[in-house]
Amino acid sequence: MKMQNKHIKALAIAIYFVFIVSSFVIGFKPGKQIGHNFLSFSIEMLKLLPCAFILIGLFEVWVKKESVEKHLGKDSGAIGYVWVILLAGTTVGGLYVAFPVAYSLFKKGARLSFIFTYIGASAICRVPMTIFESSFMGITFSLIRLIVSIPLVILSSVWLGNYLEKRNYRIMEGK
Amino acid sequence: MYYLYFATGLALLISIIVDRKKTLTAIKISYKKFINIIPAFLTMLILVSIVLFFIPDKMISDYLGNNDKFIGVILASFFGSITLMPGFIAFPLCGILLKKGVSYMVLSAFTTTLMMVGILTYPVEKEYFGVKVTIIRNAISFFIAIIVALSIGFFFGELL
Repeated sequence: MKMQNKHIKALAIAIYFVFIVSSFVIGFKPGKQIGHNFLSFSIEMLKLLPCAFILIGLFEVWVKKESVEKHLGKDSGAIGYVWVILLAGTTVGGLYVAFPVAYSLFKKGARLSFIFTYIGASAICRVPMTIFESSFMGITFSLIRLIVSIPLVILSSVWLGNYLEKRNYRIMEGK
Repeated sequence: MYYLYFATGLALLISIIVDRKKTLTAIKISYKKFINIIPAFLTMLILVSIVLFFIPDKMISDYLGNNDKFIGVILASFFGSITLMPGFIAFPLCGILLKKGVSYMVLSAFTTTLMMVGILTYPVEKEYFGVKVTIIRNAISFFIAIIVALSIGFFFGELL
């Protein structure tokens, strides 16, 4: 079954690229537009992902399991939330960069509630993005957004983390 | 963007100076992780390219600009959830809409779901979190975004 799904997926991807290439050959406008979308987003991601993964690799090699466990482990207090939110603030790109980081944190022994807070915070608290946002929407807008959403992210992460920890949930490596 | 290159370069440099062997291991780990997740990213990029064709920026601004504010919040959170847009496109777009008179509440529903809810990043997220947790996390994020939008509406006096 799993194998079959893989084949269907590969076929769908192949059809997609055949469609894009032939759209460019015959000048089919919608297909060309979709191709442009694909290219521009791929380029955006290729600008970020290699750096992100290099930093993740360095993190895995240099940061000791004990120190992650100490600050973000089972017995770490509320200050852990501050650490993960600060870490999230430096995230570039979007959630898709945060997921592999979440796995590395998990592997090093971080608690799930901290990890989900990190995920949520890297969606909403990225510093460069927030500065950019406030320049268009005003600083009041950004501040209310952060003040309302951060506590909600922490609360829901505590709940989700506890719920999943009881069920021996594991974050996967990303195949 | 540039600070990322700078930080990565600096981190690599320090790492090489301190321990070349460890750095090499790090690069190998990075490479393996990157290669492994490429298929999921490819799926995501294909979805993004198709969805953005059917829901272009112009359509989003047309819909958000011409509606009752509560319908606006619902539509905005819908668009924000199913699209993926870098901040450097989304915020200028919202800035324009704001000048056109679209409420802060509607715009925050759009930007917050855009940031927190990732239907298009689902192919990547499920590789790490699994299907169930991915769905739960996105559902929670959606509700948080709605609460944020209502709070913004309340604060800016748009709610009543």
